[in-house]
Amino acid sequence: MFAFIVRRVTQAIFVMLVISLVGFAIKNEIGDPVRDMVGERVTPAEREALRDKLGLNDPFIAQYLRFAKNAVQGDLGLSFFHKKPALHVIAAKAPATIELVIGAALIIIFISLPIGIYTAIYPQSWISRFTMAFSTLGVSVPVFLTAIVLIYIFSVELSWLPSYGRGETVSLGGWDSGLVTVDGLKHLILPSFSLASIMLPLFIRLIRSEMMEVLETEYIKFAWAKGLTRKRIWFVHAFKNTLLPVITVFGVQIGIMFAFTILTETVFQWQGMGFMFLEAVERSDISLLVAYLMVVGAVFVVVNTVVDIIYGLVNPTIRIAGRK
Amino acid sequence: MNRAWRQFKASYLLFSFKQDKTAIFSFVVLVALLITGLLAPLISPYNPYDPANIDIMNSELPPSWTEAGQTEFILGTDIQGRDLLSTMIYGLRLSILIGCGAVLLQGLLGVVVGLLAGYLGGKIDAVLMRIADIQLSFPYLMVAIFISAIFQIAFGIGRYEELAVPLLIVIIGLAEWPVYARTVRASVMGEKNKEYVEAARVIGLNRWHIMFRHVLPNTMTSVLVISTIQVANAIMSEAALSFLGLGMPVTKPSLGSLIRSGFEYIFSGSWWITLFPGVFLVLLVLVINLLGDWLRDVLNPKLYKG
Repeated sequence: MFAFIVRRVTQAIFVMLVISLVGFAIKNEIGDPVRDMVGERVTPAEREALRDKLGLNDPFIAQYLRFAKNAVQGDLGLSFFHKKPALHVIAAKAPATIELVIGAALIIIFISLPIGIYTAIYPQSWISRFTMAFSTLGVSVPVFLTAIVLIYIFSVELSWLPSYGRGETVSLGGWDSGLVTVDGLKHLILPSFSLASIMLPLFIRLIRSEMMEVLETEYIKFAWAKGLTRKRIWFVHAFKNTLLPVITVFGVQIGIMFAFTILTETVFQWQGMGFMFLEAVERSDISLLVAYLMVVGAVFVVVNTVVDIIYGLVNPTIRIAGRK
Repeated sequence: MNRAWRQFKASYLLFSFKQDKTAIFSFVVLVALLITGLLAPLISPYNPYDPANIDIMNSELPPSWTEAGQTEFILGTDIQGRDLLSTMIYGLRLSILIGCGAVLLQGLLGVVVGLLAGYLGGKIDAVLMRIADIQLSFPYLMVAIFISAIFQIAFGIGRYEELAVPLLIVIIGLAEWPVYARTVRASVMGEKNKEYVEAARVIGLNRWHIMFRHVLPNTMTSVLVISTIQVANAIMSEAALSFLGLGMPVTKPSLGSLIRSGFEYIFSGSWWITLFPGVFLVLLVLVINLLGDWLRDVLNPKLYKG
């Protein structure tokens, strides 16, 4: 087991190195730190002097090593637009995105579990058929369209829910939270439902097929023969064994949801990391862009590694084979 | 030709197609959409790229069946006064073009990489598949958004918009090739130890010939199965990028950029600019997905039906 963990962590470090190399190459090729610092109105001679002073004329490897060293210490450069360390800008926006993802994750759990179990137990009922047809349709609807339709129905036509921004937020020790005010929660409803909508069909199908498979196994047949109650068989014996694959997929999909936050945040003007990223693109703020790449890359690598290790703990066969 | 046709008529593929109402329906809708897209200049009532047809006085007209609507613009007009139906048909054409182009590119890249990795094995396999693994650990949409953001800054917005179609094909192609590489590698690994490959080796054919003429055709089934789903994915990616403003410009809108421009006006009640392109997009992606599901079930019955 120890060897497996060491191997996975080495792999993760290697991937992080590749990501940092890509990030540095982008910064080096299309970014201009001198412009980031002094703007456009400086003579070429002064620029050149500054370049020398900053070490921008050093060889690529030397510059990369410096970049990597700073990155490890948590310094990803200054944002050109915000005139602040890029990491601080990202940290200030992160709570919004994390709360959005939490909201969506909760919705996914509370909707997909009961529906998934129900459709597995009664595959022939009309509710199940309807759900399955609906989930095929659901995969084909882009998240921004769901978001727009929700806005049109609940904000424009019915004016029940607000359509943009985070509403009232309260600072809890540096964490701007919208989860503790009624206004903040109201603002969270539409964005998190839209974000959840892309993952819902997938999870309902996954839970359904896993549960159906478990219901066919010998030990469930034995449990029926033993005369256990239906509830006990479904929710205690069968349900527990459906959870394992669902949890691993959930871990990976939470990472994927971060990608879709860019779309959701754009529609709802949600002041999170994805919104910040698009603003950075519009302003050609390369440092911030690269910092975002590194942070998101790190999040993915950590999530994937942790999921793999947990999976390895639970399922010894992949430890030996090394790969899934 | 005649024989091939007879073979096709007797095939299991056609037989199961005729049994499956969903497949027939999806196929008919898809063909109708493809024809509409390809023949856009003949079918659409106006040419939305021609400034002579655009009158700003006609902007934001609702569909013809509503009170304020005009009969010349069946589905109404967008904010620039273009006929929405024509703009949608041209947008559909762009979406199909970019979707198929991107899939061709990623297929080409992925098939070559997968074939080399699977057949040659060893160090080449390790390096190529490690690259694919790293990229696959990120969602393809994220990768596509990053590449397009970098391209947009590197090229400048003006130049990017000019080159939008080829650039989007490259972006989406680069973002999704590992899927092909993985699939092709897996089926090459399965094929390369079979007798016919051994026989080809024994009679002294060189390995490039064996790879491309003998092994490759036998991996085509799995390529075909993922291709349909990949076209749907590519169209979705293109729409997402365009919606974010990283894709087709408003002057030459794809379905995604039409939805983007319509969204800005939804609060003033102009729902049709968003809704109709949205329905078009969903319909296109849905029928491709349905056909893909059907194809997967028919060609690969062993595959897990989720």
